[in-house]
Amino acid sequence: MALIAVVFLPLLAAFLCWVPPLRRAAWLISVICLFLDLILALDVAAQVISHSRVIGIPRWIEADGLSALMLVLVSFVCAIAALFAGDYMRHGKGQKQRTWWFYCASNLFAFALVATPAMADPNLVWVGVELITLFAILLVAYERTGSALEAAWKYSMLTMMGAPISLLGFLVLFWAYRSTGAHAPETWLTLSTQAAAMPPALLRLSFLLVFIGFGAKVGLAPMHTWLPDAHSQAPSPACAVLSGVKTSVPLYAILRLLSILLVSPTARMGRWMIVLGIVSVAIAAFLLLQVREYKRMFAYSTVEHMGIILAAAGMATHASDFGAVSQMLNHSITKSLCFYVAGTVLVTLETREIKSIRGLLRVSPFLGATLLLCALAIAGAPPFPIFLSEYSILSAGLRGGHGLAVAFLAALIVLAFVGIMLQVNRMTFGRPDPSAESVGAVPTTCRIGVVAAALPVVVFGLYIPGPVHTLLQLAAQQLGGR
Amino acid sequence: MSMSAQISAPEALNTLSAGLILLSAFAMVATRQVQGVVRYFVIQSLLLAASCFLLGFALHSVHLYALGAITIIAKVVAIPWVLKRTLARELYVRREIEQAFNIPASLLWALLLAIVSVLLVGPIMSATPDPIIRINLPIGLAGVLIGGFSLVARREAVPQLIGILAMENGAFFAGIAIAADLPLIAELMVAFNVILIVVIVGLVARNIEETIGTTEAGALQELKEEPVSWR
Repeated sequence: MALIAVVFLPLLAAFLCWVPPLRRAAWLISVICLFLDLILALDVAAQVISHSRVIGIPRWIEADGLSALMLVLVSFVCAIAALFAGDYMRHGKGQKQRTWWFYCASNLFAFALVATPAMADPNLVWVGVELITLFAILLVAYERTGSALEAAWKYSMLTMMGAPISLLGFLVLFWAYRSTGAHAPETWLTLSTQAAAMPPALLRLSFLLVFIGFGAKVGLAPMHTWLPDAHSQAPSPACAVLSGVKTSVPLYAILRLLSILLVSPTARMGRWMIVLGIVSVAIAAFLLLQVREYKRMFAYSTVEHMGIILAAAGMATHASDFGAVSQMLNHSITKSLCFYVAGTVLVTLETREIKSIRGLLRVSPFLGATLLLCALAIAGAPPFPIFLSEYSILSAGLRGGHGLAVAFLAALIVLAFVGIMLQVNRMTFGRPDPSAESVGAVPTTCRIGVVAAALPVVVFGLYIPGPVHTLLQLAAQQLGGR
Repeated sequence: MSMSAQISAPEALNTLSAGLILLSAFAMVATRQVQGVVRYFVIQSLLLAASCFLLGFALHSVHLYALGAITIIAKVVAIPWVLKRTLARELYVRREIEQAFNIPASLLWALLLAIVSVLLVGPIMSATPDPIIRINLPIGLAGVLIGGFSLVARREAVPQLIGILAMENGAFFAGIAIAADLPLIAELMVAFNVILIVVIVGLVARNIEETIGTTEAGALQELKEEPVSWR
């Protein structure tokens, strides 16, 4: 029951936000519904930990370790984003009459995000991923400025071009499944039991098509060009969801399919995934050195992390799978924190450029300190969780015999670290412009949102609670490495 | 060695429909008017629906009849209606489409993509004796690739949107052969998704027209990794 509620609660919230008499309370409705959704998702995760599989509607809505992890991540980021949005949207320029529309669209977006990992039928996962893309367009275009609309257009064309390609991929997958003679309905579970009997050529074709189609949505290079535009133009609470979890959900689908390919000895694609992952990391690392806007900087770092996760999954050992799912968790919590901080900076200082911000620590100690914290965390400095997961991926790679890949990854991660820290150093330290001394106060819900999002980032770096560790183990098992 | 068993009349008609679908994809690439592109898209969708009914008859599949009906409702009725509602000015007032390649070059590209798709599925074709798949899969893939090409080559909103929908038609045309018994819920959701694409992208296109004054996507050039001018 909890699983069904998790999926449909955000849809209910979107409907309530749309009902005209309730539009004034859209923020409150979103916050209540999404926090309730987070609690339900945690309950689902607890059930998964004790039973390893939760069934909402048999064959349609089911959750295993990997799904439960995604559900918790998505609902956590969406809930904090809704909380953060309260004062942020009030401070935004113009558009005040339409804020209910923002909440309506972001609840629809949250619905598509939680529904996708809970779908047992791969074809519905396709539908879910496409819905995510579509609802994200509404959020990117929300501010209706010329550049927001340009970003929305580029985003929609580039990512939706992938839709028919990946649809064909899923149809080929269905064909491959049926050609084994199996009559049971096609779900991820039956697929993995039948994978060994499926024709490897069909499996490969299917994976290739899905990878091209969904890779564009994940933001893997060279299909990443829409990502910095969209992630910098959307309102910041939406950016947190876009960058934190929206990219990982299509990646989740790719990883599921990759795990099915692993079962069939002749259809493996691991090496290619490592190469493509490293290409994404490399392109992101070099672009990070020359960005001019801090929101774009965090967007490029998303491309980097997606590449790392893909490469880790390609190594296909149990340790590297564990690293991949930990990196997913850590990326979600840290990247959403980054966008909350960036959004707060944008709303108080009203500039997007890195070079026009100096001495943030003196201008606003709260903003300066949190910006420094989230930059260190996202770049992968030691006491933070991303350091731990990147380290575990690299050491798993070494043990799995991928020395060259590990060397490249390590060098590029360091390069990206330098890129991010150079930019953030310029923003936080030094002497501020005299004109910038008087800035507005940090809005209340923004402050609460940043602190709430920072908590797990700080805690998980020092100590990973037992249940979280178990959930990560269960999720890693689903990726099928050995 | 005779590969083919008996080919029934519906299957032969399906082959004819496949040829016409490929032809309509070429026509979409060669047309210079926005309205013409929409018209060829509707024709292509009708052909797709016809193929659904033909194969439904040949394979005794209620499923494919349903899919044919969904295709007609979504792509022949709903989508042109939504386009007229949201982008009427685009459809009727606009002149010619700006294109990156001239028409002969575009047609050559489309031909090249059709050949590539036949080559791509070649290894798989040798594994399957099913005559319907041997027709539908390469033609469907060609439809996807040519639709993608027209999306990349065109710089205007409505033709780009139609390019996506034409790609979807190609995927479906392959789908009715390789995944005939896909669950109906999945098919309904996919059709719903297609309509939603038109509504949302249509709205964005209209906003672009209202804010920037043109829907030439080529004119959208502000966001780059160059020094950006922020007011």
